[in-house]
Order: sequence, then structure tokens, then C-alpha cells
Amino acid sequence: MSQDTPKKLYGLAAEFTTTPGIYHAAEKVNEAGYKWFDCLVPFPVHGLDRAMGVKMTILPILVFCGGVAGFLAACVLQIFTNSLEVDLWALVPVVGYQFDVSGKPLLGAAAFVPVAFEMTVLFSALTAVFGTLFLNKLPMFYHPTLKHPALARATDDRFYLVIEACDPKFSKAEVEAFLSTLEPESIIELDA
Amino acid sequence: MTTLQSNQFCNTNEDPRNRPQLIRNHTDFGSVTDDILKGNDAARPPKSWWFALAISFSMMSMLGVLIGYLIVTGVGVWGNNNPVMWGYPIVNFVFWVGIGHAGTLISAILFLFRQKWRTAINRFAEAMTIFAVICAGTFPGIHVGRVWLAYWLFPIPNQMDMWPQFRSPLLWDVFAVGTYFTVSLLFWYLGMIPDLATMRDRATTKVKQIAYGVFAVGWRGSMRHWHRYERAYLLLAALATPLVLSVHSVVSFDFAVAQLPGWHTTIFPPYFVAGAIFSGFAMVMTLAIPARELWGLKNFITMRHLENMCKIILFTGSLVGFAYSMEFFIAWYSGELYESFTFINRAFGPYGWAYWIMVSCNVVTPQIFWFKKARNSIVIMFTASLFVNVGMWFERFVIVVTSLANDFLPSSWGIFEPTWVDVMTFFGSFGLFMTFFLLFIRYLPVLAIAELKAVMPAADPHGHGHSYNEMTPETDAQAALAEEDE
Repeated sequence: MSQDTPKKLYGLAAEFTTTPGIYHAAEKVNEAGYKWFDCLVPFPVHGLDRAMGVKMTILPILVFCGGVAGFLAACVLQIFTNSLEVDLWALVPVVGYQFDVSGKPLLGAAAFVPVAFEMTVLFSALTAVFGTLFLNKLPMFYHPTLKHPALARATDDRFYLVIEACDPKFSKAEVEAFLSTLEPESIIELDA
Repeated sequence: MTTLQSNQFCNTNEDPRNRPQLIRNHTDFGSVTDDILKGNDAARPPKSWWFALAISFSMMSMLGVLIGYLIVTGVGVWGNNNPVMWGYPIVNFVFWVGIGHAGTLISAILFLFRQKWRTAINRFAEAMTIFAVICAGTFPGIHVGRVWLAYWLFPIPNQMDMWPQFRSPLLWDVFAVGTYFTVSLLFWYLGMIPDLATMRDRATTKVKQIAYGVFAVGWRGSMRHWHRYERAYLLLAALATPLVLSVHSVVSFDFAVAQLPGWHTTIFPPYFVAGAIFSGFAMVMTLAIPARELWGLKNFITMRHLENMCKIILFTGSLVGFAYSMEFFIAWYSGELYESFTFINRAFGPYGWAYWIMVSCNVVTPQIFWFKKARNSIVIMFTASLFVNVGMWFERFVIVVTSLANDFLPSSWGIFEPTWVDVMTFFGSFGLFMTFFLLFIRYLPVLAIAELKAVMPAADPHGHGHSYNEMTPETDAQAALAEEDE
């Protein structure tokens, strides 16, 4: 069946064996104006993201917002459950569970610090982890680069530069010629 | 040509120019993966692993049975009684939480300080943290007496319209330990995702492919992903650093906020944190030494790593010793009758033996690490780490029990006697800890593979010798010398 339906091309992958190899290749691909390309590497190669022209992630801002949300949530939780004493519309009494311990103030700001701190850290950390997964669109259990058996070495000892077919500048012959000028170990065609 | 002196090019040389690379005997990335995962790839684990698992699992089962006995019978099966209401369970809780501190210290604080050697030990130190916090969480959980009401610890809306007391240090503890466990788990898991992808891609059976595949969440090594991942890792390290310092501070508030002599001191938070790091590093060492032997990780966890840990143990042990003496000084200097009595009673009263075990294990033992011979001897450091583990348990015993046993009123004094259930429950918690740890080293990436590759000289994309190792490649003769050194 695979023979009568021609497979769609996902992109072309150039295989490198060294970090300088992939680093300089990524620089050239970025300079050549390709937008839809990626490097598959077994560990974060220092400076490769900048060479590829990757913009700084917005993750720190998300984490900050997460921290603020955690802090506010902790304040609301503690004040609402322990200190609150208001009459809603002067009619409905809303009273927290007030512990009277040696006449200490119900709204003791100092006593609320530890929980507020912990919840700030907790919410920030949850945002950092799940924010990364979300921005990276993970979990994603199916991907053309995961399908090709050769590219399994991207998590071991090889470095791959993939130019995707959806790039506006993509034409198979041109990209193949361009990639071979970067002196890769091999060029691999990836099916979509 | 200069002749090679035996003190040159030694792995533990203080001069970095004369040190070999962090990772020994590997120049390419593929062999690093193979070498680290050879224990996981093996069709069968070694016999010693089965033997250790059998012992640990039996101890864990004993813990389960004893907890069942406790739940069915009541807290009376323990030695906790008036006036020592906090006996073994709280001692064990503080002990295990303390051990759980080294993992996050290594992964977060040493990361921020750019200590590259941490990459070889961070993964299993983090794993150790998580398992230690599980052990720690068990004790207050069963100490509440009516365990089916343990959910009252959490602010859950309920039909009784009842909320926890947020001004109590015991509730701060719930939040501190809960947050610490969650953040440590996330940190550990996030660090493991790329390595799980490595294991997925080299898995030979369908079951492994699916299991590792699910937990690797489809990681494909994309540099665009790595970019966010590295940022997240840095942020988590920055968040975990104050967190790790806060957790044992909050644990110490359980004591410091009370008015009991011997507990009510401002030195407690830093003192507890130093002790926690001290005991945590000792436990890392206790586990690392057999693990590198059993799992063949000597190329990664080298003498230099162990020596660095010895130095940290020496430093934190001395901090703890300083705290002990400062407690005594303040007790005298304050002129407080009860405070002075408590400390003299600690050292020379009915629990004096426990106090001197604590001092000799925690303050005297680590001083041996002033000597390089001791820092480079596996036998000495392993023995010392065991002593520190024992000493740190006794520290918590001394703090919890002596203060409660002899407080303000002589008429309410008493002597604490643990029951067999107390003792066996404590040993059982080691079974829980070790069972998790053994399963971890067999089924999960025991070292941070991706991070280790990133600290190799070959990982430098600029390749014009930024690293001193590139300028002085390790010759066979030098390698042989360094090997002899171990």
C-alpha cells in the first residue's frame, strides 16, 4: 500500500557528529533565511539556540505570574479561613474559623508569611514545569522525527539539523544542495 | 620532556590545571550513554541487587505490618507518653526530612554556583530526597492517631465548616514539606525527561518502549525545546534554593515557636538547615559509594566527587558543632535558670549518653576530613558517613526527648522509653527508602546523562580550547596515574 500512495515529505535532516558542526550549520541555515528548521541534539549545546535565532522564551514572565497568583491565593486562603469577619451587604455574616489563642490577633500577618512563601514557590514551580511542557507542545507522542530509526541517535550521540518542507523557501533539490555544503555526515529524508 | 610526578595530574589535585576531566576514560558521547545505562540495559540485575532488594522489601513489609498494628490498636503501641508526647515519630520525621535536603541542595544551589561536578551525583541525590521525604511524611501521617482523619491537615472545605489553624507551625510544616516534595519531584522529573527519551530510543522490548515513551512525553531533543527547558531548569533552581532553606527552618519552628527550654531559641532555623545538609550529604555518600561500585559508575562518580562531598561534610559538620557550642554559650549567657539547666541536663543528665554520641559522631568524626588521606580513602569516608547518619538521628532524639522529659516542673518530669514497635518502625522506614532506591537505580537513568555530556570538552561548540582539558589532553600515562590514585 505504501508503494501506490507517494509519501509526503516532512523535511530533510542533515546529520552531524560534532557540536561545532551543528553550531556552524545552524548559523548558516539561520543566515540563509530559513524559518522552519530545528536542531535535534542529545544535550543543550551551548549557544546553539542563539545561533539558530531562537527568541527568548516568555517562560520567566509566566513563572512570575504564577508566583504572584500563589502569593495571592495563600493570602486569600489564610485570611478567608482564619480571620474574616464581615457582614455581606450588612446582612449575611461571613465568618472564618477563628481560633482564639491567648488573645492573639486573628489577622496576624507575620504568622501568615511561611504559608504565603511556600505557596508562592509552589505555584511558580508548577508554572515553570507545566509552562515548559505547554510551550513545547508536549506531550506529543507522534512526530515525524521520532519515526525515522536513524534519528533515534539524537538522544544519544548525533546532532541533526532538520529543515521542514513547510518552510516557504523549501524546495527539495535546493535544500539538499544547501545542506550538503554544510558538510554533514549524511542527509536523511523524513516522511511526514 | 618533563617526567610525570606522581602528584601531578591527580584527580583530586587542588590545582585545576593538573586535574583530568570530570568524566574519566570517555571522549565520545555514545560511550557515555552506554556506560551509564549498562546496569539498566543488562537483562538481569546482579545478584547483589536481588539480595539487597529482598532485605529492603522485607523491612518495608515489616513497616507496613507495624503501621497496620498501630492503626488497629492505637498510638499506645509506641513509647510516647506524658511528658514525652513526641517520641520516635517526630525524631524520625525530622531525621528523614533532613536527609532529604542534600538532593535539592546539589541540584539547585550547586547549579546556581556553577559547580559542574554536581552533574554526576544530582540525579540520585534528588531521587534520595524524594524517597526520604516519603519516609518523613509517613511519620506525622501515622502520628496523628486517627489516621483516617489525616486529611484534616489540609485546608479542604468540609461539612463541619472547619479550617486548619494557619498560625500554627505544625500547619506551616504541612505546607513546607508538601511544597518541598512537589517541587523536588517536579525538578527530578523535568531533569529526567531527556534521559527517559534516551532510554526509550534504545529500549529493546515493547513494554520498555511504551513505559519509557509515556514518561518521556515525546521528547525529541529539539533545540527549541531545550531552550525553554534550560530556562525552566534555571528558574526551578532559583526557586528551590530559598525553598530548601525554608523547609528545615519551618521544621525548626515546630520547636522554636514553643516555649520549652532547649527549643525556644532563635538559632534553630540556621542550625537545623546546616544539620540537614550535613546529614543529607552523609546519606548521599553512604549510597554513592556502594552504588558506584555495584553499578560501575567510577568513571563518573570519581574520587574528586567524593572528596568534594567530604569537604562539604567537614564544613557543615563544623557548622553544626558551632551551633552546639553556641547553644550552650547562650544558655549560660542569658542567665536563664531553666535554659541553663536544660543544657547541663542534656550533657550530664539521664540522656547524657545520647548527647555524647551526638557530639562524637557529628562534631568529632568529620574533623578527620581535614586530612587528604581520609578524604581519599573509601573505607574512612564510608565509615564516617555512617557515623554521621547515626549522630544526626541522635541529634534529633536529644532535641525532642530531653527538652520534653525535663521541662519547668520537676514534678512532671519523666523518662522516655521506646517500645519494640518504635524501634522496628524506624528500621522499617529504611526498608521503604532502600526499596525505592534500588528500584530507581535499576529502572531509571541513575545519572543525568544529558547534563554529563554537556560538561564534556567535546560539548563545546566553539572548539578552540576554552577548556583547559582540551589544551592538555589526558595521555595514557596520566590516565594510568590517576587511576592508581583511586
